[in-house]
Amino acid sequence: MRSNLGFFSDEKFRSIFFQTLVVGLFALGLFFVITTTSYNLEKRNIATGWSFLQNPAGFDISFSPFLEFKSTDTHLKVYFVGVLNTLLVSVTGCIAATILGFILGIVRLSSNWLLSRLVYIYVEFSRNVPLLLQIILWYSILIQLPRVKQSLQVLDVFYISNRGLYSPRPIFESGFSYVSIAIVLALISSFLINRWAKKRQDKTGQQFPVFSSSIGLIFIVPLILFFILGSPLSFEHPELKGFNFKGGLVIRPEFIAMFLALSIYTAAFISEIVRAGIMSVSKGQREASAAIGLKQTWIMRLIIIPQALRVIVPPLTSQYLNLTKNSSLGIAVGYADLVHGFGGISLNQTGQAIECMAIVMATYLSISLTISFFMNIYNRSIQFKEK
Amino acid sequence: MSEMNEVRKPPVATTGIIGWLRINLFFNWTNSLITLFVVYCLYQFIPWILDWTIFSADFKYNYLGEQITNQEMCSRNLDPENGGACWAVIYVRFYQFIYGFYPKVEVWRVNLAYIMLAFALLPLLYTKLPYRKYFLYFTYIFPVIAYFLLNGGLGFTEVSTNKWGGLLVTLVLGCTGIALAFPIGIMLALGRRSKLPVISMMCTLFIEFIRGVPLITLLFFGMVMLPLFLPEGIDMDGLVRVLVAVTLFQSAYMAEVIRGGLQAIPPGQYEAAKSLGMSYWRMNLLIILPQAIRISIPPIVNTSIGLFKDTTLVIIVGILDLLGIGRGTLADTNWLGLSYEIYFFVSLVFFIFTFGMSRYSLYLEKKLKTGINMGAD
Repeated sequence: MRSNLGFFSDEKFRSIFFQTLVVGLFALGLFFVITTTSYNLEKRNIATGWSFLQNPAGFDISFSPFLEFKSTDTHLKVYFVGVLNTLLVSVTGCIAATILGFILGIVRLSSNWLLSRLVYIYVEFSRNVPLLLQIILWYSILIQLPRVKQSLQVLDVFYISNRGLYSPRPIFESGFSYVSIAIVLALISSFLINRWAKKRQDKTGQQFPVFSSSIGLIFIVPLILFFILGSPLSFEHPELKGFNFKGGLVIRPEFIAMFLALSIYTAAFISEIVRAGIMSVSKGQREASAAIGLKQTWIMRLIIIPQALRVIVPPLTSQYLNLTKNSSLGIAVGYADLVHGFGGISLNQTGQAIECMAIVMATYLSISLTISFFMNIYNRSIQFKEK
Repeated sequence: MSEMNEVRKPPVATTGIIGWLRINLFFNWTNSLITLFVVYCLYQFIPWILDWTIFSADFKYNYLGEQITNQEMCSRNLDPENGGACWAVIYVRFYQFIYGFYPKVEVWRVNLAYIMLAFALLPLLYTKLPYRKYFLYFTYIFPVIAYFLLNGGLGFTEVSTNKWGGLLVTLVLGCTGIALAFPIGIMLALGRRSKLPVISMMCTLFIEFIRGVPLITLLFFGMVMLPLFLPEGIDMDGLVRVLVAVTLFQSAYMAEVIRGGLQAIPPGQYEAAKSLGMSYWRMNLLIILPQAIRISIPPIVNTSIGLFKDTTLVIIVGILDLLGIGRGTLADTNWLGLSYEIYFFVSLVFFIFTFGMSRYSLYLEKKLKTGINMGAD
C-alpha cells in the first residue's frame, strides 16, 4: 500500500524530511514571536538591553545578611542579594530537611506502633497540604508573636518577637583567621586520614579510630589555638532601644517561615524515601550481620545504611532540586530571594520583563544543574563497585 | 501419647490484645518509656485540639446565641476565656470559597458542572463500571460541555473568568492542567525517545528547561511575557494565560513519568510489532502506549497530586483560588485575625482531595502488582 508513495517510503528520506519540517516550523514560529515582541516593546516604550542592571534600584531590601544593601545600589546588586538569599534558604533547608527526614524515616520503622503511627500522620498531613499554604501559615504564626517590647527571652541572649529572632552577633577579632585556617586544615587532614585508614584496612584489616581522631582534630586543635591566641572572638548583644532592638544578629520572620515550611515539607518526602531505602535492604542482610555478632547500631551503620543509600540518593537529589525551586515561593511572604527581589520588584520598576525573567530562569537552571552534577558524583561514589 | 498430640496453646502474653500491646508498645523498657511519653503528650494535646475545634467552637452562633456576622462577635473575641475556633467565617463566606464571585442566579451551572465532573471521572477511576464505554464518551465531551456551562455561550449568559474563584478555580486549573498535559506529555515522551536526533534534542531541551525552573517563573512568563509575544488584538484571558503556564509545566513532568513507563516495555514488544509490519504510530498507539501508560498510572497520579497542590501558586499572580479567597477574607476588616480557622479549612479541603488521590494511587499500585504480567521473560 505504501509502496506507491515512491521515495516517500524511504526511511532515510522521511527522517530528513520530517526533521527539516520541524526545524523550519520552529524557526518560523521564533521569527514570528521575535517580530511581534519587538513591535510590542517599541509600542509600549519598553527599553531593551542589559544597561538597566547598572541603574540604581531605588528600593530597600530588609533581609540581606551577606551584602550591605542600600536603595542607591544597582539592580545588579539586587540580583546578587537575591541569589545569596535563595542559596541561604535552600542550603539551610536542605540540611535541616535531610536530618529531620532521616530521623523520621528511621522512627517510622520503629517497632513502637504508636511512634510510627504518629510519624505516619505527620508525613501524610505535611505532604498533602500545599507548600505555599504552609509557608503562609508559618508566617502568620510568627507575626502573631509578641511585640518587640514583650519579646520572649531564651537563655538571656536570644529575643523572639514578631520582628524575628535577635541573637548576639559574633565579632571576629584579628587573631581569629588563624583559628579558621586551623579548622580548614583539620577538615582536610581528617578527610585524608579517613582515606588512608580505609586503604590500610582494606590491605591489612587493621582499624584506625578515624571518628575520634577526626573529632579531636576538628574541635580540640582549633579550640586550643583559640585560647592560646587569647579568645579573639566577642559578641555584640542586641539591646532594646526605643521601638526596636539595636545591634546583634537578626533573623527575620520571613526567613524563619520559609526555612521551617521548606524543611518540614521536604522532610516528609525524604522520610518516605529513607523508609523505602531501608526496607529495600533484604532481611537476610540484617540477620546475617546479627549472626556474625554485630551490635544493633553497627548493623545500621555498616550494613544497612550503606546499602540503603544506593536507593536513597537518586530520589533525594530530586528532593533537593524541588526544595531549591520551591524556595521561590518566598515572594508570598516577602522574602527577598531571586524571584521576589530581582524577578519581582526590579522587573516592576524597569518593566524589562524579558531580560529579568531570562536571568532568573537561567540562574535557576544553573543552580539545578550544579546540584544534579554534585549529587551525581556522590551517587556514583556510593554505587556498587566492581573490584 | 495422647498428651503429646495435644496442641499446646501459645502463651497468653503473645496473643490477643495483651500480646499485641506487649509486642508493639511495651517490647522493652525503652519502648515502654517512649510509649508512656507519647501517650502523655497525646493526652495533653488531643483534648485541647478537640476543645478548640469542636466543643468550644462557634459554628454559626456565639455563646450568647447571636448569629455571628463579623469577628468581633466571635466568642473568643468577646471573652478570651470562653471560646475556641470561630467557624462562622467559613459559614458566612462559604459561597465564595466554593464559587468565588460567580453570580448567584447562575450558580446552578457551577453545581451542574461539579456533578458532571464526578460522572466524568467515574469511568476513569473505576474500571469495572457497568456500561463504562458509554460513560467514557461522556468523559470525552465533558470538557466542551463544561466550557460552555461555566463560561457561557450557546444561550447561557457569559460569566467572565475574573468572577470565578475559590474551589471552582482550583478544580478548573487542576483538571484542565492534568487533562491537557497528558496528551502533550505523551508526545514529548515519544519525541524524547525518537530516533530522529533533531526531534529528540528539542523535546529533551524543552523537558529539562521546564523541570529546571520553578513554576512561579513560568507563571510570571505567562502573565508578563506572553502578552508581549502575541500580536495586537489577541487579548488572552488571565486564567487562560495561567493555564498555559500550568499546562507547559505539568506536561514536562508528565513526559518524564511516561518515558519511565516506555523504558519499562521490553524490546521484544517493539520487535514483535515491527515484525507484524506495523508503522511507528500504529505500533505506539496499539502496542506500546497502552502498556506503558498502564504501568505509569501510579506515578501519573502522584505528579497530578503535585500539580493540584501547586495550583495555589496562582494567587501570586493575582488569581483567587481557594487559598486566594481565604487570604482575601483575612484582609477584610470583618474577619481580621481569623487566620487559623481559614487556613485550617483550606488545608482540610486540599487534604481531602490530595489524600484521596494518594490513596487511589496506592490502590492502583497494589492492583498492578498482582494484576499484570508484562510478558517479559
